[in-house]
Amino acid sequence: MSFGAAVSKAADMKELETSLREARRRRRKETLIERFFFLNGLMAILILGGIFALLFIKAYPAFAELGILQFFAGAVWNPTSYSIPRYGILSLIVSSLMVTLGALIIAVPLGVGCAAFISEMASKRFKEILKPAIEILAAIPSVVVGFLGIVLVNPIISKLFGVSHGLNALNGSILLAIMALPTIVSLSEDALRAVPQTYKEASLALGANRWQTLVRVSIPSALSGIIASIMLGMGRAIGETMTVLMATGNAPALTFNFLEAIQTMTATIAIELGEVPYNTTHYYALFVIGFVLFVMTFVVNLISDVILQKYQEVER
Amino acid sequence: MFRKSWYFAGLFAIAFTTLVLSVPMANGQGMIQVKGSDSEVNLVQRLAEVFMQKNPGVNISVTGGGSGTGIAALINKQTDIANSSRELSAKEEEAAKKAGVSPFRVAFATDGISVILHPENPVSKLTVDQLGKIFKGEIGNWKEVGGPDMKISLYGRQSNSGTYVFFREFVLKGDYSQHMKSMNGNAQIVEGVQRDKAGVGYAAVGYVVGSSGEVKPGVKILNVAKDEKSEAYNPAKMENVMTGKYPISRPLNQYLNGKPSGKLLDFMKFQISPEGQEIVRKQGFFPVQANWAEFNRKQGL
Repeated sequence: MSFGAAVSKAADMKELETSLREARRRRRKETLIERFFFLNGLMAILILGGIFALLFIKAYPAFAELGILQFFAGAVWNPTSYSIPRYGILSLIVSSLMVTLGALIIAVPLGVGCAAFISEMASKRFKEILKPAIEILAAIPSVVVGFLGIVLVNPIISKLFGVSHGLNALNGSILLAIMALPTIVSLSEDALRAVPQTYKEASLALGANRWQTLVRVSIPSALSGIIASIMLGMGRAIGETMTVLMATGNAPALTFNFLEAIQTMTATIAIELGEVPYNTTHYYALFVIGFVLFVMTFVVNLISDVILQKYQEVER
Repeated sequence: MFRKSWYFAGLFAIAFTTLVLSVPMANGQGMIQVKGSDSEVNLVQRLAEVFMQKNPGVNISVTGGGSGTGIAALINKQTDIANSSRELSAKEEEAAKKAGVSPFRVAFATDGISVILHPENPVSKLTVDQLGKIFKGEIGNWKEVGGPDMKISLYGRQSNSGTYVFFREFVLKGDYSQHMKSMNGNAQIVEGVQRDKAGVGYAAVGYVVGSSGEVKPGVKILNVAKDEKSEAYNPAKMENVMTGKYPISRPLNQYLNGKPSGKLLDFMKFQISPEGQEIVRKQGFFPVQANWAEFNRKQGL
């Protein structure tokens, strides 16, 4: 082996070493970045788990002291009673479900219909005005919507239905429908627009009219997006606090009548958490309500996820 | 999303600056702490503002939290003045004695709670007992008290309100009906009753009577009698509350630890002076009733 070859080999070795080191460094950097994003992904799950754990820990003393039956079998909620405190949350759950259901009954046909009109019928100029206008509806603060409920919807309901006042579940449903509408319209319209033009053309070519095309082709194809929009709207409705607090009257009596005053779970927490003495049964009982609300929204999301997945499988 | 985060950043910056600026002031000399009743907090804040303008160098901080919170803070020596819209309970007296605090009571204003109806409702007079039964849900129809055949629709406050508690202890002596609508504040009760022919609600007099004694349009203030034998009086007339003829009224108190001196004494004297009482009137409350003025005088104020 000549001297020159030995030198060049040594230089090669050195080069190789440095390039190896470089590669190692780059790999380390890459794994670091990977871990960072993994942690970010994990964060959402951690926060979710943390909230769940916190709610459960805070709610547990109330379960331990009063038993689960006291909460779910009783319909009288009166923790600051003059004589015997009662912690039945049945009427609160029923109330929350009533306004949410009412809101969906109003908002789903209106919202999907509106989305269909925007995506299939409206002229381009009208569409350009209509869609932003509906989206701006989402920017109205809930306090303002609640106020409208008191001064505007309240007398209208009382006149239409011949009841003395309109601070009831129907009022809350109407307001929540208005608040859920922008989400449903905007996202449903996006979903309808994403349906391939070829689907519609095929349907029309086979002799279907526009209505048949919309109902039998476009809406079923966009169903996953439409369901997602409805679920998001429902999430908004069930968790909304200020509007129902102002417009539904907040009478905790159990009722299934949409023309009577009701008190939702969110309103109860909002009213009472501000002033309740810490670490009392009443305090823990409010966390029970929060816990139940959390579980309810969780289940709603889970169901929507399952539906979506099933639907996508069919489409594939 | 982006705009929202900017908004929060701005808000945070403002909050931080305020905090930094206010810390040295809070540590300054002449700081008087006032804590307690939510019914009193706005009134005392206004009184304190005027007093501070006239006495530069004195700082008064007024916070709410409820009468019970204020009294607890006084016993723990965390506040100079406790606002309380009720008297001390026996338990609190005892706790104060144990902690070496001797509560000194000053009555500085009067609160009258008015009961309001829709103007079309012909009922104009009820006894305290009847009102209690109505709000407990034992009387459910206006015809039982001489009105038309209509289901009574109840408007009340939420359980965190001092007025809610006072009305319950004083008028109901029991639980409110589960059908009572709990409104967010006095103004919302008035809004509700204005639009409800079968409605009845209670609110501080300041919310239904203007500063010159006129009743706000769209509501009717009920005459209330102590019992069946007594006459019924209306709280819109100032002297009915002042003389104690109107049954649903209460003195608004402040409790201190022992007889005050220095700036504290000046502030107490200012509140019950004619100038202070004028502010009380402007805020929708009533001046100190004659018997309580006498009580203050006997204590050397």
